[in-house]
Amino acid sequence: MTPTQTEVPQRRGAPKEPGTTPVISVRRLWKVFGPKADQVPDSAELCGLSRRELMDRTGCTAAVRDVGFEVSPGEVFVVMGLSGSGKSTLVRCLTRLIEPTAGEVVFEGQDIRDADDRRLRELRRHKFSMVFQHFGLLPHRRVVDNVAFGLEIRGMGRAERTKRAQEVVELVGLAGYENSYPDQLSGGMQQRVGLARALAGDPDVLFFDEPFSALDPLIRRDMQNEVIRLHHEVGKTMVFITHDLSEALKLGDRILIMRDGKMVQCGSGDELVGAPADDYVREFVKDVPRGDVLTLRWIMRPAEPDDALDGPELGPDVVVREATRAVLAADRPVKVVEDGKLLGIVGDEEILAVVAGQEGGA
Amino acid sequence: MAVALDKTAPLSGVRRAGRRTVVAAIVVVWLVLFAVFRGRQTLTLAAADLTGLHRWFNDVNDSIGANRNTNPLFLYFFNEIRLVIDNLVTFVQGLISQPSGGRPLPQIGWLGVVGLAGFVSWAVGNWRVALLAVAGFTFFGLQGLWQESMDTLSLTVSAVLVALLIAIPLGVWAGLSDRFNRIVTPFLDFMQTMPTFVYLAPLTLFFLIGPASATIATLIYAAPPAIRITAHAIRSVPQTTVEAADSLGATRRQALLKVLLPMSRRTVVMGVNQTIMAALAMVTIAALIDAPGLGKTVVQALQSLDVGTAFNAGLAIVVMAIVLDRVTTAASGRAEAARRSGSRFLAWRRPLLVAGAVVTAILLYLSHTYVWAAQFPGDGGTGSSIADAADTATTWAQDNLSGITNAVRDVITNALLNPFQSLLTDSPWWLVGAALVALGAVLGGRLAAVTTAVCVGLLVGTGVWSDSMTTLASTVVATVLVMVLGIVFGVWMGRSPLVDRVLRPTLDAAQVMPPFVYLVPFLALFGATRFTAIVAAVVYAAPVAMKIIADGVRAVPETTVEAATSAGCNTWQIITKVQLPMSRSALTLATNQGLIYVLSMVVVGGLVGAGALGYDVVAGFSQGELYGKGLAAGLAIVLLGVMFDRITQAAARRTGA
Repeated sequence: MTPTQTEVPQRRGAPKEPGTTPVISVRRLWKVFGPKADQVPDSAELCGLSRRELMDRTGCTAAVRDVGFEVSPGEVFVVMGLSGSGKSTLVRCLTRLIEPTAGEVVFEGQDIRDADDRRLRELRRHKFSMVFQHFGLLPHRRVVDNVAFGLEIRGMGRAERTKRAQEVVELVGLAGYENSYPDQLSGGMQQRVGLARALAGDPDVLFFDEPFSALDPLIRRDMQNEVIRLHHEVGKTMVFITHDLSEALKLGDRILIMRDGKMVQCGSGDELVGAPADDYVREFVKDVPRGDVLTLRWIMRPAEPDDALDGPELGPDVVVREATRAVLAADRPVKVVEDGKLLGIVGDEEILAVVAGQEGGA
Repeated sequence: MAVALDKTAPLSGVRRAGRRTVVAAIVVVWLVLFAVFRGRQTLTLAAADLTGLHRWFNDVNDSIGANRNTNPLFLYFFNEIRLVIDNLVTFVQGLISQPSGGRPLPQIGWLGVVGLAGFVSWAVGNWRVALLAVAGFTFFGLQGLWQESMDTLSLTVSAVLVALLIAIPLGVWAGLSDRFNRIVTPFLDFMQTMPTFVYLAPLTLFFLIGPASATIATLIYAAPPAIRITAHAIRSVPQTTVEAADSLGATRRQALLKVLLPMSRRTVVMGVNQTIMAALAMVTIAALIDAPGLGKTVVQALQSLDVGTAFNAGLAIVVMAIVLDRVTTAASGRAEAARRSGSRFLAWRRPLLVAGAVVTAILLYLSHTYVWAAQFPGDGGTGSSIADAADTATTWAQDNLSGITNAVRDVITNALLNPFQSLLTDSPWWLVGAALVALGAVLGGRLAAVTTAVCVGLLVGTGVWSDSMTTLASTVVATVLVMVLGIVFGVWMGRSPLVDRVLRPTLDAAQVMPPFVYLVPFLALFGATRFTAIVAAVVYAAPVAMKIIADGVRAVPETTVEAATSAGCNTWQIITKVQLPMSRSALTLATNQGLIYVLSMVVVGGLVGAGALGYDVVAGFSQGELYGKGLAAGLAIVLLGVMFDRITQAAARRTGA
C-alpha cells in the first residue's frame, strides 16, 4: 500500500516543493462596496472595524478584507466559506469581473490591476476561464456553439472552432448532444457544457464559482469526480469556490477558509482538521470523519524507550483510515518513517482514538 | 423586539381607523360648507366664453401660423420633421391607399396587399394567422372601407417604423445604462399616464393639422412601450450569462450583438406588438386632427349620430386590431416553435418561403397592372348590410329596451352622477380645492398633497375649472363602477382558475381595442349623453382592474387561506377578512389604472355628448377661435391625470409598506 493510492490521490500529489513560482499571487486584496469605498483599506482605523460596524459607520460593505495567498502551478486551490463570506467576490476580483478596491493580483509577473482593457481581454481570452454556478449558457445556441463561444469571441474561424469544440465536447462526455439546446439538457449536463466552454480556450487557470451547488447530490458527486479526472488529464491550475467542506476536502490540495471577507485559515485538508486555527474552523471541521482526512503524521507519538521498534513501517502521509487495518493487525506499534528517518510510532491506542472517537467529533 | 411589535400593531390599527374618520370628517365639512356657499365663486365659463389665457394661446397659435416659414426654429427643425414624416406617409399611402404617380389608383391594389399581408404573416408567424390576415383584409374590401382601412394602415405602419427606429436604440441604451434608465423612466411613466387625446393639441401647434402631425402624435404615443420593454428585455438577461461572456473576454460590442440582443429578441417582439396596438389606437383618435382613415369615418358618423356607419367602421378597426395583434403575437412565439418542430420542417421552409414570395410578387404585379386586381370589386354591399343591421338593431333596442336602458341611465345619473357633479361644480372653487388637497394629504401623504395643491392651482389658471369638475365627477363615478366590477370579477377570477381561464382571453382582447370603438354600441343604447361616455369608460377600464385584482387575490399565499379555512372561516369571511385585505396594494393599483383608463375614455366621450373637457378639446380642433380654450382643456386633462396618478400611487406605496 503506497501513499498515493488513496481515494483522494491528487492531494498528496500536490506540487508543494519550494522554488516553483506561483501562478497567481494575491496580496492584501480588498473589495469594498459603497460610497468612498477606496478610503476604507487605507484607513487603519476602518480596517479594524467588524463588517457590521463598518456598515454602520460608513455605509460600506467590505466583501473581501486583506486577503493574500499564492496558487502553485497545477494546484487545485479551494476557497471555502458560507454564503456572504466574500468568496464569490474574491474569485471575481482575480479576473476583475469585479474591480478590486486595493491590493495586488500578480499573474505572470504583472499585476492584473494594472492591465488595460486590451490586455485584460487578452488574459480572459487566452489565460483564464471560469465556470459559473448558474452555468450562464446561451439558450439560443446549440451545445457545440456554446462551447465554441469563447473561440468565436477570439475571432477563430467557424470550421476550426467547431472542430476544437467537438473535441472538448467529447472530453467532458457530452458526445451525441452537440446539437441539443441547453434547456433540453439536465442541470449536470448543462454544467458539463459550461465546463467544456471553459476548457475550449485551453486556458492556464480555471476558476470555478460554486459550480456544483445547484446540482443534485448524486450528480454533484459525478461532477466532482469529473473535475478530478480532468485535472489528471489536462493538469490545469484550478481555483475552486465552494461552501461545501466535503467538496473542498475532496478536491482541494489546499483550502482557504473565509469568514466575513477575511481569511481564517489556509492549509491542506489534514492541517485544517488536525490543527484548526480557531473555534470557527474547529466548528466547521467537527463532523468531518477524521480518519479519512488525518494522516499518521498527526497522530504519531514519539517513540518511548520501552516501545518495540521492530514493527512494520509506514509513511507519515498515509491516511489513518488506510493504515487502520495494518496497525491493528500488527502486534507491535507501527513505525512512521520518512526518508529512512524514524519520526514516531503509531499503536492501537492512537488509531482507535481517531477511528472510534470520530463519531463524537473533536 | 416583542415589546416594539406589540406597540406598533395597535397604533397602526388606530391610524387606519383614524384615516377613515378623517376622510368622513372632510366630506361632512365639505357638505356643510356646500350648503352654505352653494353657487358662489364656481368659476363657470360659458361654452363660447374665453379667458385671457385662452386668448393668449390663440395669439400664440396665430403668431406661429404667421411665422411658420420665417422663424428658424420652425424653418430648420419642426418643418423639416414634418416634411420627412409627410413624405414617408405620402409614400406609404401612394403604395397602398391613395392614387399616386399620375395613376388613378395606388401602386399596389387590393389583391397585392392581401397577398402581401398573408405572406408576411406566414413568414413571421404561422399559416393560421396568415389565413386570419387574408380574411381580415378581404373583409375590409367587402365592407366598402378598403381605402379607409389602407389609410389607417399606412399611418400606423409609418408611425410604427419611425417609433421603432427611435425606440429600440433608446431601449437598448436604457437597458445598458442605469443612469439613462433613471432619466427616461419618469418621462415614460408620465407619457403613459396621459390620455391619448392630449398629445394632439400641442402637436398641432408645431406640425399643423393633418396626416404628418397625426403620425407624429402616434409615434410619440407608441414609442414608450417599445423603449420600456426593450430595456426590460436587456435587463432580464441573466447576470451570469453576461458575466460568462465577459469572463471569456468579449468586448462590449460582442456582448451586445452575440448575447444581449439575441437573448432579448423574443421580448422585444412583444414590445413591437404593444407599439403597433398603441399606434392603431392613436391613429384612429387622430382623426380629430384630420388624419385620414377609419377613425375619420367613425368620428363623422358619431357626430351625426349615424350608428350604422360608425358600427361598420368600428368593426373594421376591431378586425384590424385583431389581425395585427394575432400576427405579432404569433411572431414573438415563432422562433421557439420553429426550433422545436425539428429539422424536417426547417428543410422545407426555405423553398416554401421562396415559392410564397414568387406568388406574392405575381399578385403584386397583377394588382399594379389590372384594374380588377387593383380596385376592390363590388360596391361594399356587405358594409351597407352591416350598417343596416346595426341601425335596425339600434332602432329595435330604442323601441323595446328603452324602458330598461333609460331606467338604468336615469337611476345612475340622478342618484349618483348629478348630486356628485353638482357638489363639485356648484361648490366654490376654493372649497373643492381644499377638499381635494385634504383628501390627497390623508390618502397619499404630504407630497401628494403638495402635488394636488399645485394641480388645483393650475386647474384654476386654465380657466376651465367648471368643465374640469364635470369631467372629474364623471371620472370618479365611472371609476367607482369599475372598482365594483373589478372586485366582483377579480375576486371570482382569483379564486377560481376555471373562471380565470374563461374570462382572461376576453379581457386581453378587450384591452387591445382602440378606445373609441367602445362608444359606438353604447351610443346606440343610451343616446348622446354623459352616461354613454361613462358606460363606455367602465367597459374600457374594467378589464384592467379585474386582471390586477385577480392577480392580487391569486398572490395571497395558499397557506394563509388554508390557515383561515382551518380556523373555520366561511367563504365570505375568507374573502373579506383575508383575501381582500391582503391584496390591498393590488386594489390601489387597480384604482390607479382604472382612473387613468377611465379619464382617457371620458374625455373621448366628448364626441358623443359627454361635454366638458373632451368637448372643449374637440371644439378647439374644429373652430379657430376656440383653439386656445381647447389647448387649455388639454392641459386640464393632463393636470387631472397627474393628480389622480400621484394620489393613488402615493396611497399604493402607503398600503404596500
